[in-house]
Amino acid sequence: MTVELENVVLCLDCLDLSRSNISSCSACGSGRTVMHSELDRLHIAHIDCDAFYASVEKRDEPSLRDQPVIIGHAGARGVVTTACYIARQFGPSSAMPMFKAMQMCPQAVVIPPNMVKYREVSKKIRLIFLDATPVIQSISLDEAYLDLSDNARGNLTHAAEGTPAVVLGEVARRIEKEVGITVSIGLSHNKFLAKLASDLNKPRGYSVIGEAEKLSFLASLSVKKINGVGEITARRLGEFGVETIGQLQLVPEVELISRFGRFGRRLAGFAKGHDLRAVEENCHVKSVSAEKTFLQNTNSIADLIAAVEPLCGRIAQRLGHAGNAGGTVNLKLKTANFKILTRTRQLPHLTQRADIIFSQVKKLITREADGRFFRLIGVGVSDIGPAAHADPPDLFRTI
Amino acid sequence: MKLIIERTDFLKSLGHVQSVVERRNTIPILSNVKIDAGDGAVKLNATDMDLDIVDSTTAKVSTPGAITVSAHTLYDIVRKLPDGAQIDLDAAGGELILTAGRSRFTLQCLPTDEFPVLSGGELPHTFPLGAVELRKLIDRSKFAISTEETRYYLNGIYLHKAERNSTVFLRAVATDGHRLASVEVPLPPGAGKIPGIIVPRKAVIELRKLIDESADDVQVSLSDSKIRFAFDNAILTSKLIDGTFPDYERVIPSGNDKTMQVECKTFSEAVDRVSAISNEKSKAVKLVLMNGLLVLSASSPEHGTATEEVEVSYQGEKIEIGFNSAYLLDITRQIEGEMARFSMADSSSPTVMREIDDDNALYVLMPMRV
Repeated sequence: MTVELENVVLCLDCLDLSRSNISSCSACGSGRTVMHSELDRLHIAHIDCDAFYASVEKRDEPSLRDQPVIIGHAGARGVVTTACYIARQFGPSSAMPMFKAMQMCPQAVVIPPNMVKYREVSKKIRLIFLDATPVIQSISLDEAYLDLSDNARGNLTHAAEGTPAVVLGEVARRIEKEVGITVSIGLSHNKFLAKLASDLNKPRGYSVIGEAEKLSFLASLSVKKINGVGEITARRLGEFGVETIGQLQLVPEVELISRFGRFGRRLAGFAKGHDLRAVEENCHVKSVSAEKTFLQNTNSIADLIAAVEPLCGRIAQRLGHAGNAGGTVNLKLKTANFKILTRTRQLPHLTQRADIIFSQVKKLITREADGRFFRLIGVGVSDIGPAAHADPPDLFRTI
Repeated sequence: MKLIIERTDFLKSLGHVQSVVERRNTIPILSNVKIDAGDGAVKLNATDMDLDIVDSTTAKVSTPGAITVSAHTLYDIVRKLPDGAQIDLDAAGGELILTAGRSRFTLQCLPTDEFPVLSGGELPHTFPLGAVELRKLIDRSKFAISTEETRYYLNGIYLHKAERNSTVFLRAVATDGHRLASVEVPLPPGAGKIPGIIVPRKAVIELRKLIDESADDVQVSLSDSKIRFAFDNAILTSKLIDGTFPDYERVIPSGNDKTMQVECKTFSEAVDRVSAISNEKSKAVKLVLMNGLLVLSASSPEHGTATEEVEVSYQGEKIEIGFNSAYLLDITRQIEGEMARFSMADSSSPTVMREIDDDNALYVLMPMRV
């Protein structure tokens, strides 16, 4: 008789991780566990807040807890942004016209979205993510991919140590405790599968898709579950008899490429659960800039420099708030006849400091100002990088 | 003014002076080079009011005289003329006519009396300095010059008299706060009373170009506001940076007790390889040092990881320290001998690097967070 490989069991209540074939927790007895043979080897996570906007409103107004809540603008043209899980039982879902949702669930409490508040909550959640790993790709306020591989986490000393599965359990627990909302987690070995996993067991879910079952798991899903497959592609696939990912797995890659071009290659990969896309750290900030238009055109170097100094301060402030730093300084000048000049200067290291940005811009201005009249001046920084590497320690400032 | 000059001589001489001229100038005359033709020689002069270079070369002068024309235009023309060309310059009526073979250019001139003269003022200290020594002082320190304008007093090389082990030296120090380079040569006779001066970066760079072609001594004259370097055929005069160089000796650690010796070439090649992986901007590499072994590593979320082991001579507790790889390489490039010595305290304090066979140069490097 052969001994079967043991599964790995993670308790979502006490975060105990053990090898066992029994799904209840061997440490605390809880039945809220995740069991999978590859649980200790997967490291790409997708985390999705459950009915985010609605959950935040319910958190702040406990009397709404047991009521159907819909976030969105009431009125003829309003659309449902989020429906809480109670409301969803009656039919309403995201993106549905409000009047239709109200026909299905007339007792729902409708609350207009408060984006400022949701952004604040999202920031708090992000800080909890940051304790787990520095490599986070936010998709929206309520959704993000995390790379919990040793390589990714090795970059920041404060990143949590331990098996990714456990670290994620801790993330979910902290968000419930510290933020007061629940999340659903998908853990797998790539982004495509992690995203599918997080959707499997909502709300407050924790699902895993491993190497072993990925093909069989994908086989039964509709092709529409694939990122980038919308109504049109689904119809075109349907035309040659492909409706499920399982059917797609049988189509040779060459054929998909000849029909769909480059996207065909991605389709073939996704069908087999391959996804090489990396979790890209949130650098959608590519540059930070500020500009000023003069009331009267000027050709004076002193005017140009005076205009630019406060702009540098503003940029430094924005870099600081976002935890970013810039590696290149850019100067933009618009001449009296609307010609735009841009000049750039690379810095020896990333910076968040206004004085460093200013001194570089000053040099660019002095080189450019040759008597021509300008109507606008702008400063920017690009080559954005992490604040941790900005403005390295200085011999004369630390001693 | 009328003269004939070899294209090669003219180009070389123009090359020495034209880079002094800024690309854009609010004062038109500063865009120009002054051509002063005398007895069998022509002197070219360019200035930006802080730095002035006069370069002389031989020419067949038939009518002496002086004019000024756009330096960059003239340089561009001469550069594009064929090798071996004979250039004929003829100035009259506010124009310079340049002919070479079948090419002919007419250039606008500006009067020479508007051309600023920087060379005035007394330079009380004069001493000879070997070209080899001057080159050593510049090469081993100039990479550390700061470009940060807020600390303008770091935008140059601090040249001063220094004493070590009861010997006096002429020492050059440059720093940008992240690294510091200090190099010294025996104090030349006549330099005993010089004040500490800061030679600006631009002067240093232009000076370095002039040394390449000179094997002889350079005559150095200075006051507390100006310095002049006189070569056989060229004279560079520069204003000095009016500021106080910080007390750099204070930041050179003397008690660093963790000493590593490493073969310099092996080390720098390893740093260079490992840094291929490090973040483009931070360029961080991590050094983990244990008995007899140094492990270099770098990682980046986009690219992956790299490690390399290097045999070193080190005894002591394990230490981990991070550096900017570009700064490490800047320093190892200056080390000519085989072996380098690192003296460290811990992962956040400055590290001292030296060449084992040459105690006239030392480098201080600030670690970075890794």
